[in-house]
Amino acid sequence: MINFEIDGKPVSVPKNGTVMDGANQLGIYIPHFCYHKKLSIAANCRMCLVQVEKAPKPLPACATPAMEGMKVSTHSGQAVTAQKGVMEFLLINHPLDCPICDQGGECQLQDLAVGYGASSSRYTEAKRVVANKNLGPLISTDMTRCIHCTRCVRFGQEIAGIMELGMAGRGEHAEILSFVGSTVDSELSGNMIDLCPVGALVSKPFRYSARTWELSRRKSVSPHCGLGANLVVQVKQNRVMRVLPRENEAINECWLSDKDRFSYEGLNSEERLRKPMIRRGGHWQECDWQTALEFAANGLKAAKEKYGAQSIGALGSPHSTLEELYLLQKIARGLGSGNVDHRLRQSDFRADRSQGIPWLGMSIAEVSRLKSALIIGSTLRKDHPLLAQRLRQSVKQGAQLNLINPVDDDLFTTIANRAIVAPAAMAAILAQVLKAAAESTGKQIPADVKNALAAISVSDTARAIAASLINNKPAAIFLGNLAQHHPQYTNIHMLAQQLAQITDARFGILGEAANSVGAYIAGAIPGNDGSAEPVGTQSAQPGMQSLNASQMLGMSAGGIADAGAEPCRAYILMNLEPELDSYDPRQAVKTLEAAELVVMITAYKSHAILQGGYADVLLPGAPFTETSGTFINIEGRVQSFNGVVAPLGETRPAWKILRVLGNLLEIDGFDYETPEQVRAEILPGSSDVSARLNNHLGGFSLDDVGPQGEPMGSGIQRIGEVPIYQADPIVRRAESLQRTRDAAAPVAWMPGDLMGRLGIQAGDSVRLRQGEGELQLPAARDDKLPANCVRLASAHPLTATLGGMFGEIVVEKL
Amino acid sequence: MLSVESIKKIDHELTKYPSDQKQSAVMSALAIAQDEKGWLATETMDFVARYLGMPPIAVYEVATFYNMYNLQPLGKCKITICTNLPCALSGANEAVAHIQKKLGIGFNETSADGKFTLKEGECMGACGDAPVLLVNNKRMCSFMSDDMIDQLLEELSK
Repeated sequence: MINFEIDGKPVSVPKNGTVMDGANQLGIYIPHFCYHKKLSIAANCRMCLVQVEKAPKPLPACATPAMEGMKVSTHSGQAVTAQKGVMEFLLINHPLDCPICDQGGECQLQDLAVGYGASSSRYTEAKRVVANKNLGPLISTDMTRCIHCTRCVRFGQEIAGIMELGMAGRGEHAEILSFVGSTVDSELSGNMIDLCPVGALVSKPFRYSARTWELSRRKSVSPHCGLGANLVVQVKQNRVMRVLPRENEAINECWLSDKDRFSYEGLNSEERLRKPMIRRGGHWQECDWQTALEFAANGLKAAKEKYGAQSIGALGSPHSTLEELYLLQKIARGLGSGNVDHRLRQSDFRADRSQGIPWLGMSIAEVSRLKSALIIGSTLRKDHPLLAQRLRQSVKQGAQLNLINPVDDDLFTTIANRAIVAPAAMAAILAQVLKAAAESTGKQIPADVKNALAAISVSDTARAIAASLINNKPAAIFLGNLAQHHPQYTNIHMLAQQLAQITDARFGILGEAANSVGAYIAGAIPGNDGSAEPVGTQSAQPGMQSLNASQMLGMSAGGIADAGAEPCRAYILMNLEPELDSYDPRQAVKTLEAAELVVMITAYKSHAILQGGYADVLLPGAPFTETSGTFINIEGRVQSFNGVVAPLGETRPAWKILRVLGNLLEIDGFDYETPEQVRAEILPGSSDVSARLNNHLGGFSLDDVGPQGEPMGSGIQRIGEVPIYQADPIVRRAESLQRTRDAAAPVAWMPGDLMGRLGIQAGDSVRLRQGEGELQLPAARDDKLPANCVRLASAHPLTATLGGMFGEIVVEKL
Repeated sequence: MLSVESIKKIDHELTKYPSDQKQSAVMSALAIAQDEKGWLATETMDFVARYLGMPPIAVYEVATFYNMYNLQPLGKCKITICTNLPCALSGANEAVAHIQKKLGIGFNETSADGKFTLKEGECMGACGDAPVLLVNNKRMCSFMSDDMIDQLLEELSK
């Protein structure tokens, strides 16, 4: 530790600490622009000049290493004169357009100009003007305002992992720009808006819509990826105007992904459902709540009488709150049905009764300290942008990142070893890694796994991945979204778990939605036991079979267990769009159309819902900004939030809708007055759920690990990942995000040799067929894809007529 | 994109730096590319970026920072004349006027026959030889009186 003095106060900082670190510790404010605690030090704004005893001239606090016995004055005559001088230069070319600048009121330059600027300028020459740049649909520019702090440039290089902005030219001609004509496409780009200390980079969707002092700031939690990023939602006249990060070092640090930041546009969408609606004689009619709720309750009662309680199914989105999911399952179980689920994109449920509540297996902050990680089945940058950011930082600290995935998108970080294989070969490559690890460590593996591994020959890549996990500690293995949707999820899980045990690595499952963990805690999983205990400990009542999401929607789940189960006759769907949110959208819609009653609690009336034939009654449920609720994130952190605006139109918080529905159905225990009462029932006593989180999969025997290497014959496999901006109903309606390159309409990506074999050129239209579903899309070439695979996004309206996210697909030249 | 010879030259430059620090060779790579193409088009810089494993914008930063990289196509001969104080005191302004009259172009312009481009330069570190000018970034010409200029232009016109 180095001891020195700032403004007469003693302080000590670690070796390599700077004067700025000491000042931050003491709570002494030194004015600055280019310095940011999460970015490298540039020292190019010179605003933080301070006086140091015995130094011949003022020194920049951010870049001056602390020295033993140093005496620093931050507000002495010399320091203040220097700071005022810098401010005068900064203001020379800065336009005096604060009255029309969006940054006005939250501008560091404006604030510091009040403190250090002169009341008038001595500069009479011409000011420079810099042309604005088009950086895409999210960031708006006013480059004349730029003071060249290069925070945005360093953010790209250091945090987002891709340098999209740079400073071209020099001296008076220096300007921030992107490479000729390109836009900023990073999924973290919105953070540059926060970082910009002036109004050069501002939010395009928010532009000119409100002044910062008109907005009230309310705390919330992001409903998108499993991290549960902390938000400040800014509200004006009962409308969400903007979303900013709320700093939480344990979760999102000071960042937000663009999905968390800009999805709010979806809350004000034209497609919002404002009044309950009933379909009578094929026509949708708006009605009052009483009519709609009675219609729903009577329908459910009639279905129960006619077909038995087992004919009722309840499906809730894992983006719903804990309270909503709990009440949903309580209604289903109150009616006598155990058919409850939230895992609509999962296809392999073989592990369902032998598993606890899947979670990250560690805290989010620990991810930054890993020395080796193996990601299985995830384009992490798109699925969990901020988790990818943390891993990027740990790679910079020397960690090794290994990847097993069917697509090889750039993760903007160094990948030590990668195995890009067809979906069907993922379990096999994992088995190779397991075998390599077992050989290398000499540890024992269970007999059934050993038998399955016997015939496997280990590749060099697999050996390298195993060595990386064994030799670098702490290590971790993560199962991503794609692995969880995979038709062989259980095998992959089993193998990954064994691998984690052998290599002494942590094992985590990256829940895809904000409440993926919470949904288990709420009991939104099949079973007859109404209690929200981990599934593994539930005792199934004999003679009653509960259906999981896949069975409820009539999918055969790849011909695996329970294929003969009858789908339900009546459904309650909460916050879902079945044609976009399920594993096999075609089958899901078909099953729902065959049902007698489909009750939808939804914030949106989409074209598909209104024109499609499946829904019978729409109950407008509030999105996360209009209800209080709780999300439990992937590390098991319970985060409650309040509504930030009043519900739109006649929309009601879904927990209230479910409460009334429960009462109309005459189910006991629906007398809640506040959501806190619901929460207290789910989490009695403490809100610590860590004891219930467990990724261990027991009692499942591994039969085989699937085909080795490439699949045989001409069978082409689909890789149906969920695009970043199609993952949930809110983000689908966020207009600006839908104009980004990440939201481009899906095309059929194929490797060159497959295209050659089929005689297809890039840009040709091809017919894609899965079972009865077919559609035409342009083909595109991606030679990094594994052989015989077509990468075709799911969860998109254009591909909703096709079948499952994985499995065989027929490609025909037109 | 670049010729085999140029690539070979860039590869030679790369041997001077650690293999994980390829971007260290960006300045020489750009100079080599410019020698071949005459100027640095966006595609050329893109190629250099890919070849060195750098973000294109980082290459663009370097190319725009230094005066000697040409981001626009120019005439066969680029004449850069110093107009800084020592040269100016020793007749640089007269030399500039003479060249401009002779070629009929101003600064940053190219003669109609496509042979000459005139650029204004900064100190070339040869103030004792003022006025000085540089031909195509490589050839330094000292004591540029009107006669010397006529002689030079005639030589270059051939």
